[in-house]
Amino acid sequence: MSRDHAVNDWYPVADTVRPGARATRLLDTDLQVAWDGAAAAVTDAAGTAHPVQIRYGHVWTCLGAAPRALFEISEAEEPGRRLVPCGRVRVRCSPLRAVENFLDIAHFPFVHKGILGAEPQTEVFPYAVKIREEVDEVWATQVRFHQPQAAKSAGGATEIRYEYRVPHPMAAVLYKTCPPRPEAWDVIAIFVQPVSETECIAWPWMALYDDESSHAEMVQFQQEIFVQDRSILENQLPVRLPLDPRMEIPTRADLTSIAYRRWLKRRGATYGAMTEAQ
Amino acid sequence: MTFTLYNDVLDAECYKVRLLAALLGLSPRIAAVEAHPGAGHRAADFLALNPAGTLPVAAAGDLVLSGAPAILVWMAAAHDVTDRWYPRDPGPMAQVQAWLETASALAATAGALRREALLEHPAPSGAAQSAEALLRRMELHLLLQGMGGRGWLVGTHPTVADIACFADVALAPDAGIALDPYPALHAWTLRLRALPDFLEMPGIAPLHALVDPLTGHR
Ligand SMILES: [Fe+2]
Repeated sequence: MSRDHAVNDWYPVADTVRPGARATRLLDTDLQVAWDGAAAAVTDAAGTAHPVQIRYGHVWTCLGAAPRALFEISEAEEPGRRLVPCGRVRVRCSPLRAVENFLDIAHFPFVHKGILGAEPQTEVFPYAVKIREEVDEVWATQVRFHQPQAAKSAGGATEIRYEYRVPHPMAAVLYKTCPPRPEAWDVIAIFVQPVSETECIAWPWMALYDDESSHAEMVQFQQEIFVQDRSILENQLPVRLPLDPRMEIPTRADLTSIAYRRWLKRRGATYGAMTEAQ
Repeated sequence: MTFTLYNDVLDAECYKVRLLAALLGLSPRIAAVEAHPGAGHRAADFLALNPAGTLPVAAAGDLVLSGAPAILVWMAAAHDVTDRWYPRDPGPMAQVQAWLETASALAATAGALRREALLEHPAPSGAAQSAEALLRRMELHLLLQGMGGRGWLVGTHPTVADIACFADVALAPDAGIALDPYPALHAWTLRLRALPDFLEMPGIAPLHALVDPLTGHR
């Protein structure tokens, strides 16, 4: 069953910005999450405590008996980077749809017009997608795109280079040309908390080099982009992500999306997915 | 004269101010306040400006105004030389005031439901029924206005009342409230979106983008 596979991954259930307690739900299980500024505790309705780890500005938990290791984002440890948790946004869509949308660059000029894309410069240059077998992750590399304002620290329009990485069925990491430091990548990630197969909470997080923007400006830049996606996500049908290519007529050849769906199917990561015509 | 707007991009009240500023051709300096997740509106420096800890706040020299209704009225009164956005005739002026109160009621109901849907801040009980009662009242009023050849809440030109009410109406789908049962209201939102220099709120699609260019779907 799809949930049986999903329970052995780690998921974010709170950020560590401010101490507090929250009631939430993960994989259809009600949880209490407490964070006191130093330590966190996660318990379910039966009083069972679940393991926690504090990584990337969030409290992560795992409900299963055999947790898979949480992926590494080595940039999180690099001195000089500003770590920016961007809060949470609840979306009535499959958690897999939220990740897929994050990977889709073809929508930039339409959904993020004037920020991440502009008409008529809607061309996505050819890029490479593969499943890196040694780490079992989906990677899209050599992505090039024209952007009016790629980041808060970008003065004007630039051609931006991207790499996308899917290290976890419900998380994706974007590496993006860093305007003030051409030799480094900015890191923008989306960590998705699957509330149920058809509802999720997205926790965007960034690790950036930026000496000019205020913390609030960086958070708000990302929040604005994410809320633009939210209304699109809530209107996608079917609500669950089809993994069989015959179930959804592809409106565009998005290579990363195809590879992501194939990778999910191969892994058996089907929580939030449609695996046969329903 | 320009001013500084203390702004949260997720907040519909702040959007009202940005929208009227755009329509009036004003470019306020934007000071980002990270209300979420950092509770920047409860930080000492912001409380010094507005002890109530609410957004938006507009600062123009020594004048510090908080709350969308006051800021909208001030912007129109100070910057609209045509006096159309904030009419000075007693009757229409008082009608605008009444709709500003309706806008606040919408914010407390439909707006609260949107914050719940988006950020999990609980909305008051009964908010959905109250929001729908307000939308029905607006629908009837706009229907009657249309029959009299008036396309706006007050008279034949949009006013601050339209701007104040527009945000929560247009964002209602974000809160899970469909606008299909309100055709006059829907037509009014389209008229507003078609105004020159209309500014989008994240979640409110611009007019030309209502049809998805990739799929042809709405
Ligand atoms: Fe997007």
